[in-house]
Amino acid sequence: MASAVTNKWRGIAGKCLVFGLALLPLGFLVADIINANLGPDPGQVITEALGIAAFQLLLVTLAITPLKKVTGWSGWLRYRRMLGLFAFFYAALHLLAFLQLILGWMDLWATFTKRPYIIAGAAAFLAMVPLAITSTRRMMKRTGRWWKPLHRLIYPAAILAWVHFLWQARSDITEMVVYAVILAGLLVVRARWFGVSSLVPLKRT
Amino acid sequence: MFIKQRPSWSVPESEVTPESVYLNRRKFMTGAIASAAALSIPGLVRAEDTRPGTVLDYKAAPQFSTDEKPAPYDAITTYNNFYEFGTGKQDPSRYASEMSVDPWSVEVEGECANPGKYALEGLLKPHQYQERIYRLRCVEAWSMVIPWVGVPLAEVIKRLEPNSDAKFVYFETLNAPEQMRGQRSLFSTIDWPYREGLRMDEAMNELSFLAVGLYGKTLPNQNGAPIRLVVPWKYGFKSIKSIVRIRFMKEQPKSSWEMIAPSEYGFYANVNPEVDHPRWSQKMERRLPSGVFRPNWIETEKFNGYGEQVAGLYKGMDLSRYY
Ligand code: HEM
Repeated sequence: MASAVTNKWRGIAGKCLVFGLALLPLGFLVADIINANLGPDPGQVITEALGIAAFQLLLVTLAITPLKKVTGWSGWLRYRRMLGLFAFFYAALHLLAFLQLILGWMDLWATFTKRPYIIAGAAAFLAMVPLAITSTRRMMKRTGRWWKPLHRLIYPAAILAWVHFLWQARSDITEMVVYAVILAGLLVVRARWFGVSSLVPLKRT
Repeated sequence: MFIKQRPSWSVPESEVTPESVYLNRRKFMTGAIASAAALSIPGLVRAEDTRPGTVLDYKAAPQFSTDEKPAPYDAITTYNNFYEFGTGKQDPSRYASEMSVDPWSVEVEGECANPGKYALEGLLKPHQYQERIYRLRCVEAWSMVIPWVGVPLAEVIKRLEPNSDAKFVYFETLNAPEQMRGQRSLFSTIDWPYREGLRMDEAMNELSFLAVGLYGKTLPNQNGAPIRLVVPWKYGFKSIKSIVRIRFMKEQPKSSWEMIAPSEYGFYANVNPEVDHPRWSQKMERRLPSGVFRPNWIETEKFNGYGEQVAGLYKGMDLSRYY
């Protein structure tokens, strides 16, 4: 009984900690905006910072299952939904920042039909939308057996986000290579542990 | 007598804010410490400005200068694309000090009467420095107004005496991985050294400029010290930095960006809102410094507003093909 209570508090404290950590990138950005610390082109800096935060959180979300497997502690799972939602939150802010601060809502049609890196980013974002919508307990119940195959959309989302990142590179792709290694690692361990079919979205297994 | 027609974008000399005003503003901002120090030293009339670099002796060239407000020194020197030092906008200001620019020489070769290795001083000595306040438009859809100090490229080229086979001028940036960390990167797609080129008539155009200074002092390394090209009607990447080689050529050279992505970057790279780029719309630009809540968008002008000087160079050319 007593240990159940401490466990509960430990869980809440852990969630608060993860929540706070996930808010850090936004906190730094807001501080930089307030202190006018973003240089002469703040719109670009903000858009990039939000994009990288979204992508990193997506990768952290993908790392939860491997973490559980490696550490043998299933407590990690508690944070997965929150992390995934934060990834979506940053992606949505990233999109908004781009539209508001870089594009000024001009030239929308050409932007979303003619620029390959934008199309990849938009596809990644679209893949994340149903995941965010169906993340609540109620939606989990309603989607039932479809929930799991649906949520495998996170794999194409992560891959598309990476392609989006790669295609906006001008010349040097060191950073993209580093992230490729991480992403590939996460996907490969899953394929090895659970089979390749466990990576295929919308396929019931 | 030679009567110069004043181009529409130029303004009378009297309207250009004198450079000293910027310096003063800056000095004012460096605050009480500097002025107190100046006052306490007898005979020192003005506080020395704290920017690095050597003060240059130059004349203003208002007929080639815009009356738009130059970007602050800090913006011009901390927001750079100079991939030899990394791809982040702040990388050059952090790491360009690893490059040594003194002594510096420029190798002149190819179709000309006076090839050879020129010490920088020798290359520039016969010429009077000018200050030209130009717009610089980056292909990434941002722009700045920058007060350069330097010499017209045409004057230098004339002294090198290109022959009738010289149809193009090719330039190279320093290639020194031990000084340039971006060149040490394993995953860079640029085949160093960085290369650029101009058609001979473009190079001889009165706007083409070899800059050695910024805001009245020698260039900071991140801005392409000690000598760089400035071609204000073309996207910024044409304005090659830290030049070590000038070659007069019969054939059209390939520029670095053309080598990496020919479908995105052509040899000409003229600023042109009518020609779309696969990554960025070129119809608008953010004039920097820009704000978070009030982004400073302006419409991009063809040839970056220098059409009167340069449109003639491209008469009859399909600019959507020769982009
Ligand atoms: C409709 C959706 C999206 C749009 C319009 C969009 C747009 C952009 C733009 C304009 C940039 C800056 C590119 C540049 O200036 O070179 C960028 C960079 C980036 N975006 Fe997106 N994006 C979208 C979705 C996403 C998503 C869903 C993710 C990740 C989950 C993401 C991650 C990134 C990353 C990592 C960068 C690179 C940041 C950096 O340079 O450090 N984007 N995006």
